[in-house]
Amino acid sequence: MNTLMSPAVTDNLIQAAYFIAALLFIIGMKRMSSPKGARGGIIWAGIGMLIAGLITFLWPGMHNYILIITAIFVGSVLAWWSGRRVPMTAMPQMVALYNGMGGGAAAAIAALELLKGAAPNLVFAILAVLGGLIGAVSFSGSLIAFGKLQGLIKKSLRFRGQRILNMLVLLAALLQGGLLVTGISDGAGSVTAFFVLALVFGVLMTLPIGGADMPVVISLYNAFTGLAVGFEGFVLQNAAMIIAGTVVGAAGTLLTQLMARAMNRSIGNVLFSNFGETVTGGTAGVAGNLKPIEAADAAVMMAYANKVIVVPGYGMAVAQAQHKVWELCQLLQSRDVKVRFAIHPVAGRMPGHMNVLLAEAGVPYDLIADLDEINAEFASAEVALIIGANDVVNPDARNRQDSPIYGMPILNADKAKNVIVIKRGQGRGFSGIENALFYMDNTRMLYGDGQEAVARLIQSIKTIE
Amino acid sequence: MINGFIALYIFMLAAFTGYEVISRVPVILHTPLMSGSNFVHGIVLVGAMVALGAAHTPLEQAIGFIGVLLAAGNAVGGYVSTERMLEMFKSSKEGKRGKSA
Repeated sequence: MNTLMSPAVTDNLIQAAYFIAALLFIIGMKRMSSPKGARGGIIWAGIGMLIAGLITFLWPGMHNYILIITAIFVGSVLAWWSGRRVPMTAMPQMVALYNGMGGGAAAAIAALELLKGAAPNLVFAILAVLGGLIGAVSFSGSLIAFGKLQGLIKKSLRFRGQRILNMLVLLAALLQGGLLVTGISDGAGSVTAFFVLALVFGVLMTLPIGGADMPVVISLYNAFTGLAVGFEGFVLQNAAMIIAGTVVGAAGTLLTQLMARAMNRSIGNVLFSNFGETVTGGTAGVAGNLKPIEAADAAVMMAYANKVIVVPGYGMAVAQAQHKVWELCQLLQSRDVKVRFAIHPVAGRMPGHMNVLLAEAGVPYDLIADLDEINAEFASAEVALIIGANDVVNPDARNRQDSPIYGMPILNADKAKNVIVIKRGQGRGFSGIENALFYMDNTRMLYGDGQEAVARLIQSIKTIE
Repeated sequence: MINGFIALYIFMLAAFTGYEVISRVPVILHTPLMSGSNFVHGIVLVGAMVALGAAHTPLEQAIGFIGVLLAAGNAVGGYVSTERMLEMFKSSKEGKRGKSA
């Protein structure tokens, strides 16, 4: 097929297609940053990817077409199938999985370049090695992150001297990379040793991190993969890869920072402090007791309110209660009760995850408010309905300096006139801290499974005339 | 041929572009956007295709095959999951229109 056109024409065609692809990626990502154009954004980017992928078949001097087409077919079908059927609650780990695959692909490119030996110059060799290292770490690290969020890996492996071992493995990988760059060591054996070290480092680095922190880590690996793709793009002299990879590398880094900030953590803290699953703090200092309420009483409270603010948490999604919650809200709206949803930045498994889960249930996004918008409104709300949320409404974060979550921005649900908490039992939140909100005078506990408790509320409101 | 300094300029401008594009994103879109940027680095597919296209020995072909397979998974999986999330975002008006239709 290459013989049909002169090499210069083919080359220009490829470059033009890559240029258009890069442009569409940036337009797509820009559109994805506002809810209105977001859906269009991914379609624009998708068209860019299709153009770039198809035009690459014209690349001069290519062979192995059957292998290429088979690999694309198998990879695409598997990803399409898994991406279509995964439930929305499991989306974070799927993102981790697909991201790890990209990192692995970048590492594979690096491996092929290094096996060829004799890079044209030192810069090429350094970028090939760095891209390979980052890509391989992203690959194995993302797989561990997937395993943890999917519940395949239950425990966080921690032992004495872990950090020192991690550093030693990283140093060994860098050293081996240095040997490859300088050409002191080459051949399949050395390349293999380099990648094994990099992969092991990714595993070791991710294993001690707790489940609560995993989203930040996934976002970080997303940025890593972008960077690796950018570096390998330079090695392959492919402008589309350089631009797309670097844009994602930068965007992903910023996104990681935003997520970490929303959780009141620094990225370094997430990676090295192993906080995610520690159980600290206790009941000490919590005054009062838990006061239960019947669904019928809670229903009256809400039905005659002017404004109800719903604070959903991951627990709601686990109980699959979001559809029922939306039904309840529509019922309240029909009685002229103003309803709003208050979303904490880390509600769900990662920032924005709860919005996706609510959107899935059909909640329009203009009813959903984030922390800065809604916090002033709690004081004017008759009822704050807490369902499945815990740490993000704990006033200790504001009031008690010795609390492990002190300083974390929270939703001021305690400022509402009444607080109704739907909860399965008397357990603690993800961080294992007792919640002072539940013990306040204006708080009532509505015990039960999320879905079933909301169904009782709906039934009770329907009987009120 | 993209020489060193041209590449450096591209790196710099692309990095600022990425930073700017994200900086005004509302929190509600963080998860879809992370997924969307995850899709965008699926462009590694074209590199993997070129690399496999130049492979000769069975070892190279095997590595290249895995590379293309993983990259295709990244691109397609990233697209499907992002699109699924974004198609659910509707405002009150759109929601009502959707129901009456």
